[in-house]
Amino acid sequence: MLDYITSYLSSNTTPGQAGNVFWAFVYIMVVFGGVSVAVMSMNWLERKALAHFQIRLGPMRVGPHGLLQPIADAIKLMTKEDIIPAEADKFVFLIAPLIILCASFAVYVVVPFGPTHAITDMNIGVLFMLGVSSLSVLGVVMAGWASNSHYPLIGALRSSAQMVSYEVAMGMAVVSAVLMTSLNKTGTGTLSMIGIVQAQQAQHIWFAFKFFPLGFIAFGIFAIAMVAETNRAPFDLPEAESELTAGFHTEYSGLRWSLFMLGEYAAMIAVSSIAVTLWVGGWMRPFPNSLTGDTWDLVFSLFPGLTFIGLAVIAFVGVARMPKHPYFRVQTIGLAGFGAVLGLIGLVLFAPPVRDRILDIYWFIAKVGVFMYLYIWYRATFPRYRFDQLMKVGWKVLLPIGIGVLVLTAIVGVLL
Amino acid sequence: MTDPSADLSHLDLDQPDKTFLDSNELVINMGPQHPATHGVLRVILKLDGEKVLGTECVIGYLHRGVEKIAEHRTYTMFNPYVDRMDYVAAVSNGLGYCEAVEKLLNIEAPPRAKYIRVILTELNRLASHQLWLGTHALDIGAMTPLFYTFRDREEILKIFEKYCGARLTTHAFRIGGCQYETYEGFERDVVKFLDFVPPKIDEYEELLTTNRIWLERTKNVGVISAADAIALGVTGPVLRASGVKWDLRKAQPYAAYSDFDFDIPIGQNGDTYDRYSVRMEEMRQSLRIIRQAVEKIPEGPIMAKVPKVIKPPVGEVYHSIEAPKGELGYFIVSDGSTQPYRVRVRPPSFVNLQALDVMVRGALVADVIAVIGTLDIVLGEVDR
Repeated sequence: MLDYITSYLSSNTTPGQAGNVFWAFVYIMVVFGGVSVAVMSMNWLERKALAHFQIRLGPMRVGPHGLLQPIADAIKLMTKEDIIPAEADKFVFLIAPLIILCASFAVYVVVPFGPTHAITDMNIGVLFMLGVSSLSVLGVVMAGWASNSHYPLIGALRSSAQMVSYEVAMGMAVVSAVLMTSLNKTGTGTLSMIGIVQAQQAQHIWFAFKFFPLGFIAFGIFAIAMVAETNRAPFDLPEAESELTAGFHTEYSGLRWSLFMLGEYAAMIAVSSIAVTLWVGGWMRPFPNSLTGDTWDLVFSLFPGLTFIGLAVIAFVGVARMPKHPYFRVQTIGLAGFGAVLGLIGLVLFAPPVRDRILDIYWFIAKVGVFMYLYIWYRATFPRYRFDQLMKVGWKVLLPIGIGVLVLTAIVGVLL
Repeated sequence: MTDPSADLSHLDLDQPDKTFLDSNELVINMGPQHPATHGVLRVILKLDGEKVLGTECVIGYLHRGVEKIAEHRTYTMFNPYVDRMDYVAAVSNGLGYCEAVEKLLNIEAPPRAKYIRVILTELNRLASHQLWLGTHALDIGAMTPLFYTFRDREEILKIFEKYCGARLTTHAFRIGGCQYETYEGFERDVVKFLDFVPPKIDEYEELLTTNRIWLERTKNVGVISAADAIALGVTGPVLRASGVKWDLRKAQPYAAYSDFDFDIPIGQNGDTYDRYSVRMEEMRQSLRIIRQAVEKIPEGPIMAKVPKVIKPPVGEVYHSIEAPKGELGYFIVSDGSTQPYRVRVRPPSFVNLQALDVMVRGALVADVIAVIGTLDIVLGEVDR
């Protein structure tokens, strides 16, 4: 048994490929827990960033600067009454949020956080990702239909049409990336997520900058389609608050509603991870080719530690700015403790053995974080598209451009 | 599936498909508790998918019988009630009522009072338009302008509060003039505000005016022709956006508006975008009027000679002003007693709301929201 566990440590593949169930399970637990924590912190970050875009403070009450707000929200949602409408189709109503949750979490199976840091690496990873993530539309339709109410029904109709349409454009962009992986001596491409990153490594370029501007346009299409795919502003029609109150999850409350939210945010992180993998080099650090040498390696390997030290500094600035009133004493101590923990983590991350192990994951998460911030930024800036305009953008703008880019990529790939 | 209490016969539901299940049509109840109906408006929508086949507004959820109340109050006592109709533009409501009663009494407010009235009314127009912009943008999905406009509206409310002690339902004017002299530093505050707000208006425009999604959502949405608008009695920015240059401040100058130099912005297409641009330009014109008024404000009394007990002669009067939302008219019948025999208010929101059906037929659900926003209705005024 112990052999079984330790044997994987010396191998150089993902637990899925190594066929090691124990480590696969560990990875699944880590990813599941990590994504759940990421969703909670994303929730806080979104409320806070959105508030600052809108000259508000955002959550300030629960914990210092509202840091404990997501936990308070989670407790509130779990203790709320679970209302099932009398006219609802009970079974479908109950399983709809679970389907969305499972669909968004299953994508993480193939997300490569590092060369070996993935649950598994399938040779059809991209197909798996596209297929599983489009399953969530099933949950949306079921939720809308089972609620047996008008607003959820319209929301579900909009949502299903939208998700299916944008999947097509998204698929075109993905195929461009897959095509780019085949531009090597053997001429064989790959659908494996790890393989795609390795292809970018081998070709010394992020696919977003490959055949500029072709790769960049394809990347742009993917970036737009993924916002629409996750029903976020400015494509948040299924849950357009001013029109359909809350869209397909109007009738949901409490824990089930929070499952929808968890699923939505997990899906956001998932598609951002896919965008990072396909277009901006996955776990690779920036400028792996132009800024080479031991010095640059060292500089870039200091980033994780510096990030945490930076966060700790921000926390300590917050401590210094806390009002000196006794009422804030607990909050001040809490924030100082939080800053100290961040600082300690930062210091630990400077240690070479830890540093080298964490580096891939750090760059991956940092890149995903940029996309997550963009999501919040869009939400603060843009009005909402109308349904027909949304369809027009999907079918008449993104899809033709996507096909054009695909064809051009193929031609350019053959010529060069 | 429909509300049994609602009589839907006027919605042409007796078309080939009699029952809901047989038809492609979906009757959906929007409101009275809906985030985007600006209060308690209830709209029954008949939909074919997302397309609107017809609408029916059900109003009265905020009916308080203001006109009936007037018959049991003296002229002075009724004055605060008018503030509760269009609570977003309470100052304009007060101005209309006071001027109507003054017309009935055949007295005129002194020049200084008129200037104070103009300054406050125009500030209130700005506040009303800011609230409209914020909520309208929120309806269309842009969250951020709401907070920007409310931040700047706060400065106006602060001036109101300093002047008369109230922020929203101000009751700023009295029959015959104003009760309060301007406070120490009133002009300075107003001028400071005039310098503060133009860059902020540019800021709102920066977020919206050339935003592609905003243009798509507002251009050619909720179009109403000038002829239709006139036929339906639509007034205010909604009428002007259709290309009709009709502004009571110019057409029938009241208060001191004939002393000021300002333009009436008009649109061409009568769509939601034109109504947006007209209101944005109106904000700037209001600032122009306020600046002239502050510069030229005369000294003198602020109250005309008004008898202690207001007892107008037998007769009737109709007086209308250009409220932020359109023509606000008061028709007052006096029987010679201290209480009005009848007060009839012509609220701009109520009349403008009539145009909703014309504007949204054939459009999509999302357009209904945009059009309700662009009509700039206040349910307190619609229902009274």
